[in-house]
Amino acid sequence: MTDSPPIISVQGVSKRFGNVAAVDTVSLEIRQNEFFALLGPSGCGKTTLLRMLAGFETPSEGEILIDGQDMTDVPPNRRPVNMVFQSYAVFPHMSVFDNVAYGLRVTKTPPGDIAQRVQEALHMVQLSEQAERRPDQLSGGQRQRVALARALVKRPKVLLLDEPLSALDAKLREAMQLELVRLQTTVGITFVIVTHDQHEALSMANRIAVMESGRVQQVARPAELYEFPNSRFVADFIGKMNLFQGRVVERQGAEMTVDIEGLGRLVLPGQDKSAETRPVSEGQEVGVAVRPEKVKIHRDAMPAGPIVLRGQVREVAYYGDTSHVFLRLDSGQVISANLRNDSRTSDPSVKIGEDLWCSWEPQDTLILDR
Amino acid sequence: MPQSNTSTPAARPTSLESGVGRARRRPALGPLDYTRRWWLRLIVALTFLLLYAPILTLVAFSFNDSRRNIVWRGFTFKYYEKAWNNDSLIDAFANSLSIAVISTVISTILGVLVAIFLWRFRFPGKAVYEGFMALPIVIPEICMGVAMMAFFARVGWPNDLPWPLSLSSITIAHIAFSFPFVAIIVRARLVGFNRELEDAAKDLGASEWRTMCDIVLPYLKPGIVAGALIAFTLSLDDFVITFFTAGPKTITLPVKIFSMVRFSVTPEVNAASTVLILITVIATALAMRFQALARGTKDGRG
Amino acid sequence: MDSWRKNPLVFWVLNLSPSAWLILFFIVPLTLVWVLSFGEKRGLLEVAITGTFDNYARALQPLYLEIFWKSIWMAGLATIACLIAGYPVAFAIAFAPDRWKPFLLLALMVPFWINILIRTYALIAVFRTRGYVNFTLEWFWDQANGLLTLLGLGGYQLIGARYEPLELLYNNFAVNMGIVYAFFPFMVLPLYANIEKLDRSYMEASLDLGAGHWRTFFSVVFPLTWHGALSGIIIVFIPALGAFFIPDLLGGTDSQLIGNVIERQFKSANDWPFGAALSFLLMYITFGALALRALVAGRNRGLDV
Ligand SMILES: Nc1ncnc2c1ncn2[C@@H]1O[C@H](COP(=O)(O)OP(=O)(O)OP(=O)(O)O)[C@@H](O)[C@H]1O
Ligand SMILES: [Mg+2]
Repeated sequence: MTDSPPIISVQGVSKRFGNVAAVDTVSLEIRQNEFFALLGPSGCGKTTLLRMLAGFETPSEGEILIDGQDMTDVPPNRRPVNMVFQSYAVFPHMSVFDNVAYGLRVTKTPPGDIAQRVQEALHMVQLSEQAERRPDQLSGGQRQRVALARALVKRPKVLLLDEPLSALDAKLREAMQLELVRLQTTVGITFVIVTHDQHEALSMANRIAVMESGRVQQVARPAELYEFPNSRFVADFIGKMNLFQGRVVERQGAEMTVDIEGLGRLVLPGQDKSAETRPVSEGQEVGVAVRPEKVKIHRDAMPAGPIVLRGQVREVAYYGDTSHVFLRLDSGQVISANLRNDSRTSDPSVKIGEDLWCSWEPQDTLILDR
Repeated sequence: MPQSNTSTPAARPTSLESGVGRARRRPALGPLDYTRRWWLRLIVALTFLLLYAPILTLVAFSFNDSRRNIVWRGFTFKYYEKAWNNDSLIDAFANSLSIAVISTVISTILGVLVAIFLWRFRFPGKAVYEGFMALPIVIPEICMGVAMMAFFARVGWPNDLPWPLSLSSITIAHIAFSFPFVAIIVRARLVGFNRELEDAAKDLGASEWRTMCDIVLPYLKPGIVAGALIAFTLSLDDFVITFFTAGPKTITLPVKIFSMVRFSVTPEVNAASTVLILITVIATALAMRFQALARGTKDGRG
Repeated sequence: MDSWRKNPLVFWVLNLSPSAWLILFFIVPLTLVWVLSFGEKRGLLEVAITGTFDNYARALQPLYLEIFWKSIWMAGLATIACLIAGYPVAFAIAFAPDRWKPFLLLALMVPFWINILIRTYALIAVFRTRGYVNFTLEWFWDQANGLLTLLGLGGYQLIGARYEPLELLYNNFAVNMGIVYAFFPFMVLPLYANIEKLDRSYMEASLDLGAGHWRTFFSVVFPLTWHGALSGIIIVFIPALGAFFIPDLLGGTDSQLIGNVIERQFKSANDWPFGAALSFLLMYITFGALALRALVAGRNRGLDV
C-alpha cells in the first residue's frame, strides 16, 4: 500500500477566516484505497480541511491535487469526490430512492442505469426494502446509510466523511464502524474520515493525521501513532500518558542520558529509527513519557531494574477490565499505572494508602522534544 | 373551564391545597390560575365583545332590510344585488383584484430573492441594506403615500393608459411595500434550513441553479405561499398608499368604500365591506396555515 | 453565510432586481419628497427647488406645532390605553390552558386581518347617537329607573327624566377610541409573546416571598416583559401618529391630526413643498421613537433573561 500513488495531495494549504487560521500550512498525501482519518480536538480545523477537499471552501494559500489534477478552480459539483455530511443532509422532500438517484440525475445518467445503480447502492447498505420511504420515516442509522449510498452511487475517487458516526448512539456506532470498514474494502474507494474520537480513528483507519489548531502534528499508522507519538500534544491526546519534565545530559547516537525531575537520571537506549534523527541535543529540555499500561506495580520487595520507584497509592479507579492506580512518588509526583483485572480476586489487591513499587522498561520510555 | 390547568406546572395546586381540592369537584384556585379569576375573565370577555361587536354589526346590517342601520327589519340580499349592479363599485373591485394579483406575483419573486440573498451573503454595509429594506415597513404609511404620489407626478407617469396598465402606478407602489414583508416571512423559514442540504446537492453534481430549484425552493414552499398570501391581503387591503397614488379612473375597493362612507353610510357599503372582509380573512387564514406548516416541518435536518 | 466575493454572479442575480425596485420606487420617491421640502410653490403644480427652509419654519409655527403636539399626545394616549387594556388580555391568553390558546389568539387576530378602514367605519354604527353603546346605556338607565320606582323612590325624578344619548362620535374621544380599536392587537401580540416566555417560577418566587399579586406584577412581571411592551408601544405609536382617515371619519372639526394636514397639502391645498416638510418631520419623529426604543432596549438588556 505504501507504494500506491497519492490520490489526494495537499500542498501547503492554509485557510483563514478573518485573522483566524482555521487550517495552517497543511501538507498531506493520501494514498489510493486508504482509509484515512483526520483526528483532533473540536475546532482544530478538520471540517474546514475536509470542506476544502470537497470544494466548499477555497484555500487562502496552497493547492490541492486530486488524482494529480489541480482542484483550485474546480467547483464542488465537478470534483471526483463525494461527501457524507455530519447532519447526513438527506433531502427531506425526496424518498430514499430519489435521494440516492439525485446525484445521477443531475449528471444526466441514462434512466435505465440510474435505477440499476441505485438498487445496487441500496442493496450494499441494506436499504433495498426502504427505497420508497421518506427520510422522516427512517432511524438515524438508516438515514446515515442513505447518505452513504447517495455518495457511493456516484463512484467517487474519494469519499469524504465528516464525523459520520457522531450522531449515533454507542452501540450503533460500533456496528457502523465495522460496516464502514467492510464497505471500504468492498468498494475499494479511498475514504477520508473526520473524527474527534480517537478510538474510532485507531480502530478504523489505515493512517491518521492528528491536527491541533489548524496544523497537522503527526501522520502515522495507528500503532505508530500510539507507541511513537512525536509531540506532547499527540502523546497526551491519544490514550493516557504519564508525562515528566526532563533534560538531556548526554547523547550518543540514539542513546540518551536524561535527568528527570524528581525521578533521577536514566539511560535510554534508542527506541526507533526516528530517535537517531531527532534534533535533540545535550542540555535540551524534553518531555519524558510512559504509558500507564507499560508501568508495572510490585507489592513485595524492591525489584531489580533500571527504573524502579516507590510510591503510595492515592487513588484507584475501577474500569472493569482494568484498574487505574495512581501512585504518589516519594518525589511528590503522581504516576498512573494500569492493572489488568485478570482474575476475579484482583480488585481488592491494591488499597489506598498502601506503599508500592513501580517499574518500567527503559525502551518503553518516550522522549518528546516538542 | 377545564379541570386543573396541567399545561403550566405553576398552575397545579400546591400540596397544601390539593387535599382540599380533591374533595371538591373543581380544585382550588392555584396562585397563578389567572384565567380562572372572574375579573380577568370579565376584562377578556369585554375586550372581545368590543373587538367583535362593530364588525358583526356591520356584517349583520349588510343583510338588514332597512336603509337605516338601526333595528333589524328582516333578512335580505338586496344590498348585495345593489352593490353588484353598481358599476363603479364593481370596477373598483376588479381593479383591486387585478392589482393584488400582479402585485402578489412580483412582490413574491422579489421577496424570495431578497430573503435568499440576505440569508446567504455577508457583505460590507449589510446592516444598512437591511435597514433600508425594513424602511417601507416602519415609516408611517402616509409618508410613503405622499412620496409615491409626488414621484409619479414628477416623472410624469402616464395615467391614461389602457386598462391593466392604467393600474401600473398603484401596482408599483404596492409591490414596493409588500415585498419586504414577503422577505421577512421567507427569511424566517430559511432560518431553519440546514445548509448542508445545499452543499450535499452541489457535492452530488448539481449546479447552483439546480440546487436552488431542487433543494432550496421546495424547502421554502410553505414560506413562499404564506408570503404570497400576505402580499395579496396587503395589496387588497391597502387604503392609504392607494389613496395617494390612485387617479380618478383607477379607484380600488377600499378607496371607493372610503368615498362612499364620507358621502353617506348605506347598507351597500356594508355589503361591499363584507365581501372584502371575507376575502382578506380567508386569504390571511390560509397564510397562517401555511406558516404553521412551515414551522411544523422545521429545518429538514437529515 | 458566504462572503459576497465567493460567488459574485449569484450575489448580483439575487439582489439586482429587488435592490433596483427598492431604490427606484421607494428611495427615489422619498428623496424626491425630501428635496421638495426645500422648494417653493410657484403656481398650481409648479415647484422651484430653492433650498429654502421656509417650509420647515412654517411647519414649526405654533399652529402646526400644536397639531404635531396633539398628534403625539393622541397617539401616546391611545398607546397607553392599548397597553393598559393589553396587559390583562395578554396575561389571560398566556395563562390559558394550552388547548385554548390557539383559539384565543385567533380570536384576537381575526379582526386585525380586516381592513382598517372598514373597522373604523364599523365603529360609527356602534358609537353614533342611535348606536349600540347608547342603546345599551339607555337600557341600563331604564332598568335603574324601574328599580328605583319599585323601591318607591319616584322613578324618573331621581336620575333625570329621560336618557340623553351621549355624543360619542365626531370628537377627540372617538378618534382615540378609533386608534385603540385599530391597533389594539399590535400591542397584545408582543406582550403575549413575552409573558408566555416568562418563567413562571419568578412569579412563584415573588408570591412565595410574600408579595401580593399586584406587587408581583409591578416588581417582577412588568420589568421582565418590558421588552414586549416596548415593541407593542412602538408598533402602535408609529401608525397612530400618521393616521389620517381615523380623524377624518370619526373626528370633529377640532380633531385634525398631522396626517390630515399632510393629506390636505397634497390632495386639496396643493402645497407640496409644505406637505413634504411636514411629512419629513413626521418621519424624523418616527425615527426618534425608533432610536429611543433601541436606546431603552439596549439599557435594559441586562434584564433580558
Ligand atoms: N465560516 C467560518 N467563518 C469563520 N470562522 C470559521 C468558519 N468555519 C470555521 N471557522 C473557525 O475555524 C476553526 C476550525 O473550524 P472547524 O469547523 O474546521 O473545526 P473542527 O475541527 O471541524 O471542529 P469540530 O470537531 O467541533 O467539528 C474554528 O475555530 C472555527 O471557529
Ligand atoms: Mg467539524
